[in-house]
Amino acid sequence: MSDAHEKVDAHEHPRHELGYYARRIYAIRDLLLEKKILTRGDIQEQIDYQEQRSPANGARIVARAWVDPAFKARLIADPKAACAEMGIDATSLNEFVVLENTDKVRHIVVCTLCSCYPRPILGRPPDWYKSLNYRSRAVSDPRGVMREFGQQVGADVEVRVHDSTADMRYLVLPQRPRGTERMSEAQLARLVTRDSLIGVVDALPASAARG
Amino acid sequence: MGRAVSAARFKPGDRVLVKMEDRPGHIRTPWYVRGKRGWIERVHGEFRNPESLAYGGDGLPERPLYLVGFEQSQVWRKYGAARDKLFVDIYEHWLEPAK
Repeated sequence: MSDAHEKVDAHEHPRHELGYYARRIYAIRDLLLEKKILTRGDIQEQIDYQEQRSPANGARIVARAWVDPAFKARLIADPKAACAEMGIDATSLNEFVVLENTDKVRHIVVCTLCSCYPRPILGRPPDWYKSLNYRSRAVSDPRGVMREFGQQVGADVEVRVHDSTADMRYLVLPQRPRGTERMSEAQLARLVTRDSLIGVVDALPASAARG
Repeated sequence: MGRAVSAARFKPGDRVLVKMEDRPGHIRTPWYVRGKRGWIERVHGEFRNPESLAYGGDGLPERPLYLVGFEQSQVWRKYGAARDKLFVDIYEHWLEPAK
């Protein structure tokens, strides 16, 4: 590696403090810049795009589905169109399926092969979603995994694991918590966590919206 | 892309067997369901073949992709909850009819 590749941007860690993969990706980036395949502007634009997407989008979708049964029906029938209604751009997703939790059935999403995740809607997946531990145990012991997240699942409830191995992306529609009948859509959205959209836990209880 | 289903060989409810094949490449069929029996839950549509796309190919012809359901108790020997299910997206060329 030449000295030019060792040059560190002001906001980056010194290279020698980074691990192998971080050093490697910076080296690849520098080569792409040097060969004029990408500009710094291109890279920043992509970072900004990645960062602006967040689980807040998923929370808005779920809160709307809780208060508006017609929207919920459209969301399940054509999730992309329903997202567009809310100004959320899901067009870069190949296909998109919404899984509704009920009293009798609950869903949990994993990608055992890598880290497939509905990024255009939820942003980047949490680190644990990409861990070998979650990826292997979510399929073989989903109830145990949920228990570790603090979620008890009754014996009368059917657990459905979705391994998103190909072109489909999955989003769980958690159940509306009890005691939220008088809440506004914005208050409800605050109960919808990223983890509840992956399906490892329920949405937060009504008490979490106060304060 | 991903909508036309005219060429799909299986329909929802059909019993299928995931092929027990071992070959190198960008295979999207997880090992733990190879050789397992399940059913077609849904026909997702047709998609470019990732086994070709991953190596710079065009992924054509598009392959039907299915949501395949499995009984957890049939996939994992020690699985306890009898009604729990597993769903995996599997391309048609990894499936064959099961008796």
